[in-house]
Amino acid sequence: MATVELINVSKSFGSVEVLRDINLSLEKGKFVVFVGPSGCGKSTLLRMIAGLEDITSGELRIDGQPMNEVLPAKRGIAMVFQSYALYPHMTVFENMSFGLEQAKLSKPEIEARVQDAAKMLQIEGLLDRKPKQLSGGQRQRVAIGRAITRDPRVFLFDEPLSNLDAALRVDTRLEIAALSERLPDTTMIYVTHDQVEAMTLADRIVVLNGGIVEQVGSPMDLYESPASEFVAGFIGSPRMNFLKGGVAEAHGAATYGIRPEHIALSDERGDWSGRVVLTERLGSDTFVHVEVKGVGPVNVRVEGRADFASGETVYLSPDPASVHLFDPQGRPVVRSVTP
Amino acid sequence: MKPGIWQRIGFYAIVIVIVTQAVFPFYYAILTSLEDGQALFEVNYLPKALNLTNYRAMLAEGVFGKQMLNSVFVASVVVVVSLFLAVTAAFALSRIRFRGRGLLLLTVLSVSMFPQIAVLSGLFEVIRFFGLFNSLWSLVFSYMIFTLPFTVWVLTTFMRNLPVEIEEAAIMDGASSLTIIRRVFLPLMWPAMVTTGLLAFIHAWNEFLFALTFTSTDSQRTVPVAIALVSGRSEFEIPWGNIMAASVIVTLPLVALVLIFQRRIVSGLTAGAVKG
Amino acid sequence: MAGKTAQSRLSRNRTRSAWLFLAPMLVTLFVVAAWPLGRTVWFSFTDASLDLISQARWVGIRNYLEWVDWGDGTGQYYGLLADPRWWRSVWNTVRFAVVSVSFETLFGLVIALVLNQSFRGRGLVRAAVLIPWAIPTIVSAKMWAWMMHDQFGILNDMFMRLGLISEPVAWTASPDTAMIAILIVDIWKTTPFMALLILAGLQMVPQDIYEAAKLDGVPPTRVFRKITLPLIMPAVLVAVVFRALDALRVFDIVYVLTPNTDATRTMSVYARENLFDFDQFAYGSAASTLLFLVIALITISFILATRMDLEGNTT
Repeated sequence: MATVELINVSKSFGSVEVLRDINLSLEKGKFVVFVGPSGCGKSTLLRMIAGLEDITSGELRIDGQPMNEVLPAKRGIAMVFQSYALYPHMTVFENMSFGLEQAKLSKPEIEARVQDAAKMLQIEGLLDRKPKQLSGGQRQRVAIGRAITRDPRVFLFDEPLSNLDAALRVDTRLEIAALSERLPDTTMIYVTHDQVEAMTLADRIVVLNGGIVEQVGSPMDLYESPASEFVAGFIGSPRMNFLKGGVAEAHGAATYGIRPEHIALSDERGDWSGRVVLTERLGSDTFVHVEVKGVGPVNVRVEGRADFASGETVYLSPDPASVHLFDPQGRPVVRSVTP
Repeated sequence: MKPGIWQRIGFYAIVIVIVTQAVFPFYYAILTSLEDGQALFEVNYLPKALNLTNYRAMLAEGVFGKQMLNSVFVASVVVVVSLFLAVTAAFALSRIRFRGRGLLLLTVLSVSMFPQIAVLSGLFEVIRFFGLFNSLWSLVFSYMIFTLPFTVWVLTTFMRNLPVEIEEAAIMDGASSLTIIRRVFLPLMWPAMVTTGLLAFIHAWNEFLFALTFTSTDSQRTVPVAIALVSGRSEFEIPWGNIMAASVIVTLPLVALVLIFQRRIVSGLTAGAVKG
Repeated sequence: MAGKTAQSRLSRNRTRSAWLFLAPMLVTLFVVAAWPLGRTVWFSFTDASLDLISQARWVGIRNYLEWVDWGDGTGQYYGLLADPRWWRSVWNTVRFAVVSVSFETLFGLVIALVLNQSFRGRGLVRAAVLIPWAIPTIVSAKMWAWMMHDQFGILNDMFMRLGLISEPVAWTASPDTAMIAILIVDIWKTTPFMALLILAGLQMVPQDIYEAAKLDGVPPTRVFRKITLPLIMPAVLVAVVFRALDALRVFDIVYVLTPNTDATRTMSVYARENLFDFDQFAYGSAASTLLFLVIALITISFILATRMDLEGNTT
């Protein structure tokens, strides 16, 4: 059963339309990630679900109930903000109980819920502290804890990792994944511009671009069969190579797409030949940037270590099964198998 | 490049001149207030006497004490009322988008540019209409014209800089606008409230034109008016010693406030003016 | 469909509470500012007098200008615009504003530059500088009146010891020096305000600009003229306008220090004199109205010229 439904939802700020005809149906208990470049409208969409932003037209339903006119606190949702938005003058306990207090819950009930949430997030020891006395990671937990106490049907995350440093980001990502396992009935909606977060966390990814939904699907769906050139370029790292001109035309397409990991590299023979421009060594992988004659610049991913000198001639063979072809509008062309 | 010795001497000379000119008049007022009788009419640069006669004379005169209380009462009530009115207004002006917000803020700001004299005759009529003439409430009421725009302006700028997400978190928590102001914003706004409150207090404490016009009896006057109206029977009988004693008494609390809250006052003054 | 409204309940609630929150402040400002101002302007077109305010009748622009025909072919203009005392007070006010603001800017700049240096005891110096600002205007006027006393004043004593003057000067009583006396007190009292505003401007100049200039070997005077001054100019301008508006409505100092002198009577003093001392309520209102117009004009042109960002949209 769908918990969150968006029906023909649009949003305009004045005369600027930022979201157009969004139709989405998000299943109960799933982890859904809205991903897209900045300015694509993903945060606005989340804020509309939260009720912080008006819905210009269309309808939002949660559990079948129309929500457009329902106040944010009455929607059965909770939100974790990018900056955590903890109340600086309140202790952790007060931060977590403020919403329950507004909902006029009894004292013992509030106490119990805060303790439960604190236990789940292992922040019982911090309840008397002020946000100032916490580390970034601890603040993040408190923000999540504050959301948990509300026992929401839908959990909203607005780029919750962007204020954390790289190491902490990975840990917190894992924790959020674990959290969603522990709350199987809660729908999670998570906004990010980082496709790695999207791929690792999501049951379903919604790719947004320029105010419209480009594609909805599981991470591997998007990776294997992107519904547009945009999605193909956005999902996957390093980015898919897009080649125009002769190679594409030979396949009856405007753009020929091949991921760096789907190209075999050899110094003896291959379909294409070119000269190495630059090698980036990451340890586990090596990215080799090759200028292919008559094709253009191509990035190739080689597992492990690969030593190529700049200017060296190499041969590339794209895996024909993994080629993506797009028409001039960026839509996929029915694949022809021969390279 | 270290500055040369002459440069440093020149610099400190300027510093000394600046400090001297700033402090000397007040120093001299204190000095005079401690002199009595004939000593008053000799020019002294250094304290010669330590005579509290003038202070005793002022305080023994019951009406001066009453006037001090008047000043304290008016300035305090003005601070409380204007902060109360300004906090809610500032919330609306900084946090809620509605049509005409910019124009409204402009109007409020322009009121602070009003010359007091321009509203004097109209205000005189209003005050008489409400039966407030010669009452301290006439001053509380009329002082709103300069404290309110200022407090609204500074608090609006301050609130605008509070993070939006905190307010949104409170909305998600189901807090009403009034709860947000009371439970979330007010605790964060103490610095700004203290600053604007202090400045409003100083303004109200020092005000002269309205106090001169809207009160008519000695017992209802505030101290600045009382000091301004002290006179002798002739030019030679002006009780300078008493005037200086009274001046020192009204000024000391202000100087103390200013020195204690120096930083806050400076930031408040500049927030009121520079922030455009 | 339910969701067709452009504004949800939340926004409507918020807009409604916005006006609810604003109402007390707006009502107060209306009663203390807008309404009285309107009445002042109205009185200026009537024959209102202090005791008979409510019986004021419309008399047109008579308070501003009226041609009185003497019946023999000659006549004379009466009214504010034909009153040499009014024009004298306008001139006094403008002169006072220009001179005081110029000196305050100059001294304020010097003090700000000093306070912007780091040296031992800077905190104390800044505190000392604030003292004149903290002293009530009336008190400063009285303090200086005593210091400027023609017989017992310390100022005459000081100047005579320094050989600047040969005999005591009646600073406040003599028409030649009355304006100077007023200016001295005002400049002394208000320079701290100016210095603080300019200091705030100075402190917003990023420090690395100076370091870059130092590396380039630019001499200090050139740094000041080419870098510091242009960068703090906006702050200085704002301060100047604020002070100028203040100076144009000067009342307290003049009223206390040099009462009843043609040499220093300003527009505000002139207006109040007529309103409450001479029982020319309508005539005084006309003077108030003109003063308001002058200040409004300056304010509006300032706001337009600087295009102040009032909405707070840019961050």
